[in-house]
Amino acid sequence: MLEVRFHGRGGQGAVTAAEVLAVAAFGDGKYSQAFGKFGPERRGAPVQSFTRVDESPIRIRQEVYEPDIVVVLDPGLMKVVNVRQGIKEGGILIINTKDKVPGAWCVDATRIALDTIGKPIVNTAMLGAFSKASGGAVSLESIIKAIKERFPGELGEKNAEAIRKASESCSLIGV
Amino acid sequence: MVGGIIKDVGNISSNKTGSWRTFRPVVDKNKCIGCGTCKMFCPDVAIEIVDGKAIIDYDHCKGCLICKSVCPVGAISSEEEAK
Amino acid sequence: MVKKIEEGSHAVADVVRLLNPGVLAMYPITPSTHIPERLSEFEANGELGGKIIRVESEFSAISAVVGASARGIRAYTATSSQGLALMHEVLFAASGMRLPIVITVANRALSAPLNIFNDWQDSISERDSGWLQFYGEDSQEVVDLMIQAYKIAEDKRVLLPTMVCMDGFFLTHTYDVIDVPEDLKGFVPDYKPEHAFLDPKKPMTQGAWAMQEPYFKLRKELEEAQRSIFPVIKEVHDDFAKVFGRSYGDGLIEVYGEGDNAVVTMGSFSTNLKVLADKLGFQVIRIRCYRPFPDKELAAALKGKESVAVFEKDVSYGTGHGAVYNDVRTVYNGKMVNFIVGLGGLDVPVSALEKMYKQVPEMKDAETRWQI
Repeated sequence: MLEVRFHGRGGQGAVTAAEVLAVAAFGDGKYSQAFGKFGPERRGAPVQSFTRVDESPIRIRQEVYEPDIVVVLDPGLMKVVNVRQGIKEGGILIINTKDKVPGAWCVDATRIALDTIGKPIVNTAMLGAFSKASGGAVSLESIIKAIKERFPGELGEKNAEAIRKASESCSLIGV
Repeated sequence: MVGGIIKDVGNISSNKTGSWRTFRPVVDKNKCIGCGTCKMFCPDVAIEIVDGKAIIDYDHCKGCLICKSVCPVGAISSEEEAK
Repeated sequence: MVKKIEEGSHAVADVVRLLNPGVLAMYPITPSTHIPERLSEFEANGELGGKIIRVESEFSAISAVVGASARGIRAYTATSSQGLALMHEVLFAASGMRLPIVITVANRALSAPLNIFNDWQDSISERDSGWLQFYGEDSQEVVDLMIQAYKIAEDKRVLLPTMVCMDGFFLTHTYDVIDVPEDLKGFVPDYKPEHAFLDPKKPMTQGAWAMQEPYFKLRKELEEAQRSIFPVIKEVHDDFAKVFGRSYGDGLIEVYGEGDNAVVTMGSFSTNLKVLADKLGFQVIRIRCYRPFPDKELAAALKGKESVAVFEKDVSYGTGHGAVYNDVRTVYNGKMVNFIVGLGGLDVPVSALEKMYKQVPEMKDAETRWQI
């Protein structure tokens, strides 16, 4: 079973990202589950969300404490939250950042989102990076399809472009 | 804490929410007329008028940019937060 | 059946649309909100058979639903927490008038302190209201319970209002892979009331005043009705299994695994207890139908167990235990302990359950321990 934890800020769409990833994994023919860790939903406050993906039905109902993959939507969170907490050995860390963080997959998703969508909403772009960094654990095609279902029309097309760009430009930084 | 009653009121000021910003408001002091409109509208009480100019408390400003949209003389602009 | 991935709330709304209640009166409250939200979408798109009545409180919602049901129409509402508490007064009218209303309760903690997250204190506090209460383990079971609920409630042998309870957030706000039927295959017939309806040619008085003796007798009848319907619940469950291919124990309780020691519980974290049972080798007995209380089935399942541990997300204040423990105690005299967990939405992971379960041997009979 693949367990994913998203770190974001209220309003960045961390819960939507987890849900779209689950829908996309289901589109790949797998079982999946997604949920947010809800709080007083204040724009900007640190939030978490989770996705599980497996070949068989998912029999567990708790937060993800030992993720295989951690996705960080906001670089500022690195200073205030221990995003590496509980991450499995050999786990993958994917960060939206202009910088190069050793050992992590990095992508400037804010730039990509501003260029394509026109708003600093990076959740969809980060799913493109997820597909690349995870070696296609959830396919890019299914992610794009799930996004277009969720956001029909022009908005879906713009988000699909952000996903493709992020998938192409994200890279693993050597230690 | 009987009944969940909070007696140290005002403790929110110790919660520095400045890190929540994606964009930061920046005041052009040459344009600012010190009218206090931004202070009135700021939902986080993060603006003071000092010597006739708006001063933003970046420890608590969450970057909502309401100040920018209400400023009558266009003295507030926004910059992408460097992270 | 079409397997799809969606939020538990939306799956419930999908199936409510199929059940085609004539009147839906809802006042959205977290975490039940997405149910009325989705049903309103259906109405806006012209996909809803019934009428949604926009009301100004949960008290009005349940009152409108009682009025509709007394008129002889299938009626529905959904609520949580303070909303259910505000309905309290009218719940007794609904059961006293024997109106087969179904409501989905998205379980949430009660104030104070203010908390929007999951526990069972809201519906547990209504356990003596004369309503049937079912608790689902996952959104699939909640969907399946909704399909069975009207068929049970409207059965002439039953005629009792019914709560289908689902854990707030853990189910309502979680995307899961769910089989949602495209049609109900005639499983739930239209509601044809014979006892309570509005027809100028057959005038009747409903909700009338009763003096001491008739009141007493009617309340006794209500309890006798509750106690007599176990076979109907099992029958509807078995028929459902034949038509839809899914079953849950005997419809009243579900027994999982084997072992000399048992854990009794309800709701969504039963899944985590089952995972732990696979590792530690105890039996999980999950109560699916909490009202009426399946005492005979539980007594049979618990007979000869070395110990019983009841895990629950509620407190029966002043008794030192949760309400489920107190109920199970009436059918089991051996060593029995109680764990109060998950209040206010506290996550109840397998690791925490393991830590607690391992304390059972050192605990005294009737001892209660808390997750934190």
